[in-house]
Amino acid sequence: MSTVSHGHDPASLEPVVDLCDAVAVLGSFPALAGATMVVQRGEIVLLSGPNGAGKTTLLRLCAGLVALERGQGRVLGVDLANDRELVRHRVGMIGHSNGLYGDLTVTENVRFWGRTVGASESEIDLAVSRMGLDGRLAHLPVSRLSAGQRRRTALAGLVARRAELWLLDEPHAGLDAGGRDELDSVLKMAATAGATVIVASHELERASKLATRQVEVVAGQVRKVAGL
Amino acid sequence: MSNADQPRFAGTTVIGTARLIAAKDLRVELRSRVLLNQVLPFALIVMVMFAFALDSDAVLERVAPGLVWLAALFSTLIMVSRSFAVETADGALDQLRSAGVPAMGIFIGKMMALMAQLVVLVTLLVLAAVVLYRAELSWAGSVLLVTTGLTATCGLAAVGTLYGGLAAGAKGRETLLPLLLLPVVAPVLIGATRATESAFGTRGVSTGQGWPWLGLLAVFAVLFSVSGAVAFGPLLDD
Repeated sequence: MSTVSHGHDPASLEPVVDLCDAVAVLGSFPALAGATMVVQRGEIVLLSGPNGAGKTTLLRLCAGLVALERGQGRVLGVDLANDRELVRHRVGMIGHSNGLYGDLTVTENVRFWGRTVGASESEIDLAVSRMGLDGRLAHLPVSRLSAGQRRRTALAGLVARRAELWLLDEPHAGLDAGGRDELDSVLKMAATAGATVIVASHELERASKLATRQVEVVAGQVRKVAGL
Repeated sequence: MSNADQPRFAGTTVIGTARLIAAKDLRVELRSRVLLNQVLPFALIVMVMFAFALDSDAVLERVAPGLVWLAALFSTLIMVSRSFAVETADGALDQLRSAGVPAMGIFIGKMMALMAQLVVLVTLLVLAAVVLYRAELSWAGSVLLVTTGLTATCGLAAVGTLYGGLAAGAKGRETLLPLLLLPVVAPVLIGATRATESAFGTRGVSTGQGWPWLGLLAVFAVLFSVSGAVAFGPLLDD
C-alpha cells in the first residue's frame, strides 16, 4: 500500500502523536483532563474505556477538530495549540458514518476524496483495487453496497487521500464477521505501509488481536498502557 | 514555514475545491434526478394551483411576476434542503471539514451547483408564466429578464447555501430552514418581481423601469456571496 506513505521524511523519527497533559473541553465539560500519550509511526493503537471516557474526543483532538485548551500536543509534527487546522489534510478520521455519497459509485466516491488532496487517477485506481473494490463493485452506487463494502470504500478514500494517521471510531460496528476480517486486514496492510492507526473500540477481543498496543482512557485521562 | 504549513496539492486550493464540490453536487443530482422528477414538477404544480385559485386571466397576467418568484422561493427551500441532506446523510460534511477541505471552496462549490439548478428552474417557471398566465415578453424585456434571473438566482444560491449550512447540523432543520431563509430573501422577492414586471410589461410598466431593481439584487448577491464565503468555515466548525 505505497499510497499511504509520502514526503514528510524529516518528521518520520518523531512520534506521530505526542500529547502531554492535554486538556480538551466540550462546552464547559473537560472531556480530556490531562491525557498523556505517545504513538510512533506504524503502530496500531487500541483505545479502550467506558462510554464517555473521552476516546472520541481524543481522536478528534488528534484530527485537529477539537481545540487543545491546556497542555502540549503535536500530531505529525504540527503543534495542536497553534496550528491544528494544518494537520487535518494529513489525517483521516472515520466515525460511525462513512462520509460517502449514496448516489455516486464506489470509484466516484474514492475519486472525490482523492481529488481533495490532488490525487492522480492512477493513485485513485490503486486505492480502489487495494481495498478489493475493483471490477463490478467499482461501478455500483454506494447505496447498493453492504455495510462492509461501504466501510471499505471509506477506507479506500483514506488511502487515496494518502492519510498518514488513521483515526477510527468503532470501525467494527455494523459489520458482519466477513466485513470485520476484511477491515482488520486492511488496517494491518495500512500500518505495514507506514500509516499509523488509532482505533477506539468496545470490542476488545477482536480489536486487541489487531492492535500492537492498548491504551485505556478513563475519565478523560490515559490510565493504562499495555503492549499486546 | 515548515512542510506542514503548506498545502501539498493543488486540490486543496479554494478554486480547485469549488470545482470539485460543484461537479460532485451536479453529478449527484444527475444520478438522483430529484430536480427533474420532484422539484420541477412541484414548481409547475404551484403555478397551476395559483391559476386555479385566482381563476382570472387579467389577475393572473398582473400577478404573474410575483407568482414566478414565489414558486422559485418555495422550490429553493426544497433544493437547499436536498443539497445539504446529501452532505449529512452519511456524515460527508463532517468528513470534508475533518479532511481540511477549504470551507470557502465548499461554500462556493455548493453555491455554484445550486445556482445552476435554479437557473433551470426559473427558466421553466418563466415559460410556464408565458403559457399559463399569458405573460408577454419583448426582446428588450428578455434581456432584462435574463439579467434579473441570473442576479436573483446568484443571491438565492448564496443565501440558501449559507443558511443551509447553518441549519445542517441543527435539530428540526427541515422546519428551521424556511423560518431562517424566507424573511432574509424578501429583498430578492421584491427586486426580482419588480424587474420581472418591467420585463413582462405588466400594468404598462416600461422595461427601463426594471433596471434599477437589478441594483438591489446585485447588492444582495454580492453581500451574501462574500459574507457566506467568509462565514461558512466558522459556521461549520461550530
